[in-house]
Amino acid sequence: MAVVEVRGLTKHFGDVVAVDGVDLQSEEGEFLVLLGPSGCGKTTLLRMIAGLEQPTEGEILLGGESVSGLPPRARKIAMVFQSYALYPHMTVANNIAFPLKAQGMDPSKRAAKVQWAAGLFDIDGLLHRRPRQLSGGERQRVALARALVREPTVFLLDEPLSNLDAKLRAAARDDLMEFQRRIGITTIYVTHDQVEAMGMGDRIAVMDHGKVRQLGTPEEVYHHPADVFVAQFLGSPPMNLLESMYYLFGFRPEQFLPEGIAESEGARVPFTFHVNRIEYLGSERYLYGHIREYEETKIIAMLPATVTLPIEVDQDHKFSVARDQLRFFDRDGGQRIPPQALNR
Amino acid sequence: MTWQDTDVQALQRSAERRRRLGRISVYTAAIAFAFLAAFPFTWALVSMFKQSNDLYVKDNSPFWFNEVPTLKHLGFLFTDTNYLTFIRNSVIVGLAVTAITLALALPVAYALARLRLRWGERLGIAIFLVYLIPPTLLFIPMTRVITNLGLQESLWSLILVYPTITIPISAWLLMGFFKGIPMDLEEQAMVDGHSRIGAIARVVLPLMVPGIIAVVVFAFTLSAHEFIYALAFNKSSAVKTIATGVPTELVRGDVFFWQSLQGAVILIAVPIALIFNAFLDRFISGFTMGAVKG
Amino acid sequence: MTSTRAPRNRYLSDNPRFLAGLFMAPAVIYIVALVGFPFVLAIIYAFTNISTGNPELNFVGWDTFRRVLDDPVFREALWNTFLFAVIANLLVVVLATALAEVLTKDFKGKWLVRFLVLLPWVAPVSLATITWLWTLDSIFSPIDWVLRQLGLITENVYWLGRPGLAMSSVIAVQTWRIVPLAAVIVMAGLIAIPGEINDAVAVDGAGPWRRLFQVTMPLLAPIIAVAVLFGVILTISDMSVVFVLTRGGPTNSTQVLSTWAFIKGIEGGALGQGAAVALFLLPVLIGITAVVLRLARRREVL
Repeated sequence: MAVVEVRGLTKHFGDVVAVDGVDLQSEEGEFLVLLGPSGCGKTTLLRMIAGLEQPTEGEILLGGESVSGLPPRARKIAMVFQSYALYPHMTVANNIAFPLKAQGMDPSKRAAKVQWAAGLFDIDGLLHRRPRQLSGGERQRVALARALVREPTVFLLDEPLSNLDAKLRAAARDDLMEFQRRIGITTIYVTHDQVEAMGMGDRIAVMDHGKVRQLGTPEEVYHHPADVFVAQFLGSPPMNLLESMYYLFGFRPEQFLPEGIAESEGARVPFTFHVNRIEYLGSERYLYGHIREYEETKIIAMLPATVTLPIEVDQDHKFSVARDQLRFFDRDGGQRIPPQALNR
Repeated sequence: MTWQDTDVQALQRSAERRRRLGRISVYTAAIAFAFLAAFPFTWALVSMFKQSNDLYVKDNSPFWFNEVPTLKHLGFLFTDTNYLTFIRNSVIVGLAVTAITLALALPVAYALARLRLRWGERLGIAIFLVYLIPPTLLFIPMTRVITNLGLQESLWSLILVYPTITIPISAWLLMGFFKGIPMDLEEQAMVDGHSRIGAIARVVLPLMVPGIIAVVVFAFTLSAHEFIYALAFNKSSAVKTIATGVPTELVRGDVFFWQSLQGAVILIAVPIALIFNAFLDRFISGFTMGAVKG
Repeated sequence: MTSTRAPRNRYLSDNPRFLAGLFMAPAVIYIVALVGFPFVLAIIYAFTNISTGNPELNFVGWDTFRRVLDDPVFREALWNTFLFAVIANLLVVVLATALAEVLTKDFKGKWLVRFLVLLPWVAPVSLATITWLWTLDSIFSPIDWVLRQLGLITENVYWLGRPGLAMSSVIAVQTWRIVPLAAVIVMAGLIAIPGEINDAVAVDGAGPWRRLFQVTMPLLAPIIAVAVLFGVILTISDMSVVFVLTRGGPTNSTQVLSTWAFIKGIEGGALGQGAAVALFLLPVLIGITAVVLRLARRREVL
């Protein structure tokens, strides 16, 4: 039984369709990521699951039961906002105790739970501080402790790492992952950062303009994208996409290698790659240029540092891609065309 | 082009001169404004301690004492007039009006600031327009209404009517303050287990204390200032407020009890000004939040 | 699975529409009852001959209005209301902007200056006006005393006793009491001007005058409009200054609509006429509000 299930969920804000007929089912204990650019509807979707927005159409089921019409407090969910929303006029201890107080738990049991939650996140020493005295990382842990103290069935997070600076982000991500694995709670995580999504998600729902374009494991969405949008949203730098007469086809920069270097068996498709510019970044080299017969499109190749072959700028080079790494897409709809359906 | 040392020095000197001129003009302007604003109060301050045979001599200096200063007239104010009654009345009315204002304006301000209403913007403007209808337009029918309700010659008439003046402005002020509180906090409280009303009570209101204080100060001030309703509704001395009692009662026939009069003014104006000063910065932030985030 | 319309909330206290109604109803009902209703009544009264002696609503058409308009004092009052408001507020704009600039700078004794400068506004109007009664007294005025000592005059200036001087005195008192409020409003506007603009101006080399006229004032225009709006409303709807200072005299030369309505309606008992006089405040208010709002909207602030 899915912990969280969404059926035909739609949300209109006036004329704007923020979420458009989404069907989603989570699995028990999984870390599900809603990924997409701003405005794609991922946050709205999350807020509807939380009960902070009412759907225009569709149903939401938590633990198999419909929660339509129920306010957030009746849904047994926990949520962490991007800002962490720590109550500024309360101590850390009172922040964490807040949900328990709302339930009417008596003070002695409350204190024990607060201790337990604080212990989980290693913030016992901070219980008497106020939010304004905490660092970004500490605030996140308080927010998590507060979320977990009720032992909810679902855990919703809305871009909780965006407010941290880059250095802290990696450590915070690590913390988050470790704790989710330990507790095993079903988590839905919203982000626009595809690196985060790939690193953290058990499954990723890639969204755009209110629709889920693809739902799959990181491997699936990366190597077998359902359409052009998914193909180009994941991967940095994005997939190279070329337009031929009958279809679009693409390959990822790291799959575009100089002839002779690639070690795969199986057929390789050759290209003549004219390199315009090289960026040397230490662990890899990015080669910018274009391919013969597709001069308008900018192509990027990524060579790891282990490939030491010297590449000259303003010259043509022989490059190739493994045939089974090529991805084909319909010219009009952008949908992926499975290889058998091609008539080359 | 090379920098000549002398050029730099000359520039520095003229900049220094300009800065000093700027400082002087600021100080001059400040002193001028302070003087212009306060001069009527300064000789009120002196007059209230003057003996009558000092004050009522045309050629005596008004600025200092030619006879020994005295507290006699202040005493007169407290023992022989209803001054204390006036103050008491203003305080009672102030408290009641503040309570009513907060009770009605807080919810309206919240609704306009937070809840996405279709007619929200139009209602905000409507509230502002109501404020534009002055008591001087309404006081005549209002007097009849009060009489028909049997509330004339009582403090209740003022308690009932003053909120019509305080609520619009307070709602506008509070709206600004509400908008300054992030929505996240309320939503977090709702997720954490409260209804929206519970969330407002536990999380939003504690953070609204500055705005509430602003409204309290404003409502009290208004209750002390308001003149026309107070004059129209309450003619008997026992129910007059500071604003109407002092000008009317301290004149017996053609005789002005000037010292007591001035004393009465100073004793009220100075404390109010002190309080206002303390809260001025808060008021400004309330204004800017209300105006900028509109 | 067929899609379903979301059912209505079971939990009322979370329903935004219910809450909106609940939150707004008390204030709206109160205001409709105690502002809307009297407002309608005022209009009705003006078409009757109601008075305290004869408190029945007998409709008399335009008769009451005609009586009011025929009275020369009324015309004086109408003109004065307009005149006082315009002149006083012109002065207020200039003085308040200057004062606001001063108050945003740092200097020693600023707290004292702020305290003194606020006094005219925070003291209850009628009480502040009393201090002016003494200041402008026909015998004992300190101003006259100083002028006599300096040898500039031999006889006292009858500040409140001569029509022209009395009008100027009223205008002066109104200006005096409104400048602090206007200055605070403008200060809020000055603070809202981003610091970078002043920095950019400094780098561009503009002197203080040019800065004032070409940068500060245009940016401040919307806020000044708000201050003017408040100032005009306060001047027009105020009754206490004239009442306490001159009671409309000498010989009705300082009468304004509000005091005249009071004298006619409450003291005289002619409620219908009083209401009619007061109603003339409305066009003046609406007119000035519309002008100021249009100016403000052009600068996109409201």
